[in-house]
Amino acid sequence: MVRYALKRLLLVVPTLFLVSLFVFAIVRAIPGDVVDMMLEQFQYGKDAAELRQKLGLDRPLAEQYLVWVGGVLRGNLGQSLWTKRPALVDIAARFPVTLTLSLLSIVISLLVALPVGILAAVKQDTSGDYAARSFAIGALSIPNFWLATLIVVIPSFYFQWAPSIGNFVGFREDPGGYVAQLVLPAICLGITQAGVIMRMTRGMMLEVLRQDYVRTAWAKGLAGQGVVLRHALRNAMIPIVTVIGGQMPFYVGGSIVMEHIFGLPGMGSFVLEAISRRDYPVIQAVNLFVALLVILSNLLVDLSYGALDPRLRHE
Amino acid sequence: MAPWTRASGMSKGAFGVLLRRKPLGALGGVLLLVMVGLAFFGGWVAPYGYDDADVFSRLRPASGSHWLGTDNLGRDLLSRIIYGARVSMAVGFGGVALGLAGATLVGLLSGYFGGRVDILVQRVVDAFMCFPLLLVALTIMALLGPGLVNVILTLGLVLAVRDSRVIRSAVLTVKTNLYVESARALGAGHGAMIVRHIFPNIVAPIIILATVNLGAVILIEAALSFLGFGVPPPHPSWGGMLSGAGLVHMLRAPWLALWPGVALSLAVFGANMLGDALRDVLDPRLRGTE
Repeated sequence: MVRYALKRLLLVVPTLFLVSLFVFAIVRAIPGDVVDMMLEQFQYGKDAAELRQKLGLDRPLAEQYLVWVGGVLRGNLGQSLWTKRPALVDIAARFPVTLTLSLLSIVISLLVALPVGILAAVKQDTSGDYAARSFAIGALSIPNFWLATLIVVIPSFYFQWAPSIGNFVGFREDPGGYVAQLVLPAICLGITQAGVIMRMTRGMMLEVLRQDYVRTAWAKGLAGQGVVLRHALRNAMIPIVTVIGGQMPFYVGGSIVMEHIFGLPGMGSFVLEAISRRDYPVIQAVNLFVALLVILSNLLVDLSYGALDPRLRHE
Repeated sequence: MAPWTRASGMSKGAFGVLLRRKPLGALGGVLLLVMVGLAFFGGWVAPYGYDDADVFSRLRPASGSHWLGTDNLGRDLLSRIIYGARVSMAVGFGGVALGLAGATLVGLLSGYFGGRVDILVQRVVDAFMCFPLLLVALTIMALLGPGLVNVILTLGLVLAVRDSRVIRSAVLTVKTNLYVESARALGAGHGAMIVRHIFPNIVAPIIILATVNLGAVILIEAALSFLGFGVPPPHPSWGGMLSGAGLVHMLRAPWLALWPGVALSLAVFGANMLGDALRDVLDPRLRGTE
């Protein structure tokens, strides 16, 4: 298991290197001169040479890369051109909101998807199965930002009630209120993923339920719940966990939209502001941070296979 | 022959087969056709122009003269939704075509040649997949600036990288077939191998990817326009019509928030249903599990 973990950890190195190259290329890949554009359209000062120096664009490419990576390794992800604050300070302040929103969405998707998916598989081709599958297809087709807009607009028009937007409550002020304000956005974000996970759970369960060892468990006279949960679900879990882990980029991407609609001060709204102001150091910093987060979550998913499947521990 | 190509019988009355075996998929196909029809002939179908403003009938609910009501500038909502199909379909089909062309090229080369090329290409794909789709799309749009062509280019690029992996795995499967080895033994060059033996046998996964991705691309375009980074006004796009800037008006006229979303969901639903049905029909591993 330790060797497996180490091997997996080593594989991260080339990915990290390429991710850093991508992020480094963001400002440099722009057609035309980014500095001229920033000065003309976004009034980032008047001196092109100064801005070039600030962005580190005045030195040879290889040197620029090494200086930038050196800074990143020391925790310097760059400084906002707009607020002059280090990007990492803002990321640290906003990340907990995005993380809570993402985790809450994952919990909601699982609470909906796992039981519905398992039931749909156990009761295959019944009306319940068709209802579950229709729900999944519907969830996949309805854009989450539309759902969120409807949640804001419809109750406000017909019942004069609207979710509180723009009155953000911090965790320290009121932990209950902090989580409560994230529930609606998390439902909107989680429901789409519930569709994906439900279909996956149903498919995997159907496959596993047809296996010989499950038939043996039935034949031995084990209780239905035990067979489904202990024998079938555990073996169906690996691909499901892969799907959930692989959806991390979706949750972070989706939180951009949700934070925008519900006025939440998370990383999504932060990067959206940076993108509208072409604040490139911040755009770079958030991209790098999110990519690192995704690499970490993929790593955790891979390591969790060992816990789920004892065979992998001994390989 | 690769198992996928057995489904080439689909071409004989393909729609009839789809209708009999997958009625929901056929419904999806019809929905998509209607959307494409609206995109092409919207000018004839729409009762008003997309920018015809009538200041005396602003934020009016549905009526005989405006079936779905009007927006804050007095523009007919139905007409704007009909014209909005153009953006969604152009970006949907354009992005998917561009993405699949790129993905096929990269996937074919990476899968066929294997070795160092493959390792390098796949690590690049790995790294690219670490970035959320919407964040990459937003970042590229921030570099290129808003506009229809830029949205298509951006989504095409993103898809090309992601889908190349699926194409590559299809190539790897086809490569192991006996007929490929025979062709090589007969002295076929790389070009002939790729064009005559490998490519025709990965057409089915390409078709499946196209329909599955169509819904996703339409959704991302809508999200980009919703956030103000897609196709700029006054040309209507469904995502743009739902955008936060119009929220104040939506609170007074909820139909503004309702109908563009219905159109968007129907288009995505159509694409997803058709994609699902085609996958079931064309992918033999899933046959019998319907």
